[in-house]
Amino acid sequence: MKLFHSLVLSVKLTLLLLLILSGIYPFTVYILGKLLFPYQSGGSLIIDSKGHVRGSLLIGQNFDSPRYFHSRPSVSTYDGLNSGGSNLAPSSSDFIERIKKRATHYRKENGIASLNLIPADAVCASASGLDPHISLKNALLQAPRVAKARKADLKAIENLILKNTQNPLANIFGEKSVNVLKLNLELDKEYPLP
Amino acid sequence: MRASDWIELALFISILAVLNKPLGIHIYRVLDTEGKTIFDAIFKPLENLTYKICSIDKSKEQNWIEYAIGLLLFNFVGMLLTYFVLRMQHVLPLNPEHIGPMAPHIAFNTAISFGTNTNWQSYIPEKEVSYFSQMVGLAFHNFTSAATGIALAAAFVRGIVRTEVKTIGNCWVDLTRITYYLLLPLSLVGALLLMSQGVPQNFHAYIRYLPLDSKAHEGACIIPQGPIASQEAIKLLGTNGGGFFNANSAHPYENPTPLSNFMEMLLIFLIPSALTYYFGLSCKKLRHGWSIWLTMVLLFLVLSLSCYWLEHAGNPFFKPYGIEQLTNMEGKETRFGIFESTLFAAVTTAASCGAVNSMHDSFLPLSGMIPLFNMSLGEIIFGGVGSGLYGMLLFVILSVFLFGLMIGRTPGYLGKRIGAYEIKMAVLALMIQYILILGMSSMAIYSSWGRAALGNNGPHGLTEILYAFTSTSQNNGSAFGGLSATSIPYAICLALAMYFGRFFVIIPVLAIAGSLVCQKRYISQMVFPTSGALFVFILGATIFLLGALSFFPVLTLGPILEHLMMARGKMF
Repeated sequence: MKLFHSLVLSVKLTLLLLLILSGIYPFTVYILGKLLFPYQSGGSLIIDSKGHVRGSLLIGQNFDSPRYFHSRPSVSTYDGLNSGGSNLAPSSSDFIERIKKRATHYRKENGIASLNLIPADAVCASASGLDPHISLKNALLQAPRVAKARKADLKAIENLILKNTQNPLANIFGEKSVNVLKLNLELDKEYPLP
Repeated sequence: MRASDWIELALFISILAVLNKPLGIHIYRVLDTEGKTIFDAIFKPLENLTYKICSIDKSKEQNWIEYAIGLLLFNFVGMLLTYFVLRMQHVLPLNPEHIGPMAPHIAFNTAISFGTNTNWQSYIPEKEVSYFSQMVGLAFHNFTSAATGIALAAAFVRGIVRTEVKTIGNCWVDLTRITYYLLLPLSLVGALLLMSQGVPQNFHAYIRYLPLDSKAHEGACIIPQGPIASQEAIKLLGTNGGGFFNANSAHPYENPTPLSNFMEMLLIFLIPSALTYYFGLSCKKLRHGWSIWLTMVLLFLVLSLSCYWLEHAGNPFFKPYGIEQLTNMEGKETRFGIFESTLFAAVTTAASCGAVNSMHDSFLPLSGMIPLFNMSLGEIIFGGVGSGLYGMLLFVILSVFLFGLMIGRTPGYLGKRIGAYEIKMAVLALMIQYILILGMSSMAIYSSWGRAALGNNGPHGLTEILYAFTSTSQNNGSAFGGLSATSIPYAICLALAMYFGRFFVIIPVLAIAGSLVCQKRYISQMVFPTSGALFVFILGATIFLLGALSFFPVLTLGPILEHLMMARGKMF
């Protein structure tokens, strides 16, 4: 009888807590978000002048054309429904084969001699598969290619990169990084298609 | 390490140290039925209403068996609910993407996973779970399993502190008060902080967008949305770790900036750290509480720094391709880099969280061994909310017993005698975990279904299996994600490891509490010190020795062998 009483109590408490923890709590956060952080809570979306959603500032996109800066390798080619990394071991021959291919491709695409070192983020796939950033070095190495494709001045492109470089917060938190989507949006604005 | 990394680490530890006292005192009041807290104005009416609706008599305390049964039943009801929510999500509301029901064995695994504070995920959330299931089926457990852990710790502490009584508290009152006065307000603050950094909170359908470089994308471009911030906060605060997305805290929506990353690490350690102060306050030996905290911090520093230095060495196989510093950025995010990725890995596995901001499977062999070793120590370096404290206290009891005997003193702890019964129960609680980890891993390695799921060859494959059973038995939930553990035998074995690893351990733990609470306090001149350098050293040594002795052989066959073979240029 005591056991039954505890069971009934458990069910009642579960239902009541459901209402509070799964109902009132997330909706309170939702309403506070709408009031205090409308842009962030809505997903940091980028909307163009025609009203089209062009993506989210936080979510990386895949770039192929030489006119754009390219994001890091992604296991799912930036498929938003398949976030995640390769989970390949550092000792995996399959993994090292991928690194070789990416390094060759990156060098060829950007005309980098084999003596020059390339940054690791250019050849290693990210954890999320949606990493919006690349390292500053990676962006600078891509600058000549982009400048050529856009028939723009290399110095101007490099300045655009530096303008879009995020420094570590208070020089403590995080790494120097460039948001690829933001940079490419600025590129399109500064050097529109003819 | 750069100077900025040292500063970040120092800031991290200092903030925890500063928050220990105020939060510890708050927890002390929350766990006292009559205690007054700063949230009384808001939550007192709700608390009283809860007692009324559920007909809880808050003045009536329970002995350890009643307390255990109450917690087991409450968690069982919750897991049953989650199972049915996941199975019926296609007919339930808030499912804008029309996601179908979850497969039965995955739903079974998931229900146990969230009910046991593990949050092992055998599914891809953005594809297989609706907003309703996230909120009702999963986030609900993030609160209740955390509350269960803290309640257990409170019951254990009462067992040590009280004398000559039979009862160790009322589990219903504990659950209610922990949820309302501790978890809910802190989660709300956490959710707002994370939202300010860019974690979304909405109920929109997934966003279809027009990419800049349309030729570079195949198919539709979709960004999932959802009530992420509210879930993210309690995921970390309750050391749950179940991601709203498959990439977990590596996903830019779950962890958008280095600052949000720092907040997330703080949220993970916040309650486990303050519980040591609460313990010191309860047994009226603040120095004892701080000594336990210091032991945790020292072990944590050793392990997190080793993890960083080992990973920083880079992958020797990168050499022919001219990659800067051979940095192993595979499975890491640019915004976090090596330092914040390895620090997060150490935090999440020292605590029983399991959220990840980088893919541990792609770590170098020895740095990938650190998270694994952290978990196999029993997740007592801060540990899970509640489970970290009672896990640590089991080690304290063992070390005062071992070292007490060595110097020929009657083993006693805080004025209570540690007899054969207590030691048997403490060893039982540890043995259950060792047997689950090593036994079930061996079983998986010897069966074809076990090996079929491997994502990598060679010794790394062994590590993947070992990691899976360590993570589940210890209720961590992080993974060497290369292992695709979605088959029926894996889903069931891992679910059993989680269930036994959680609920079979709480029985001996509460049994010790039930035995100690009846004793009267004896005063002896010959007591073993419970604070100071000697105590910290002895406790640290006991933890390290037990963990190392139990797992060193298998670690030699996994990560250590892989490291040695890599050094000789062998790939798999």
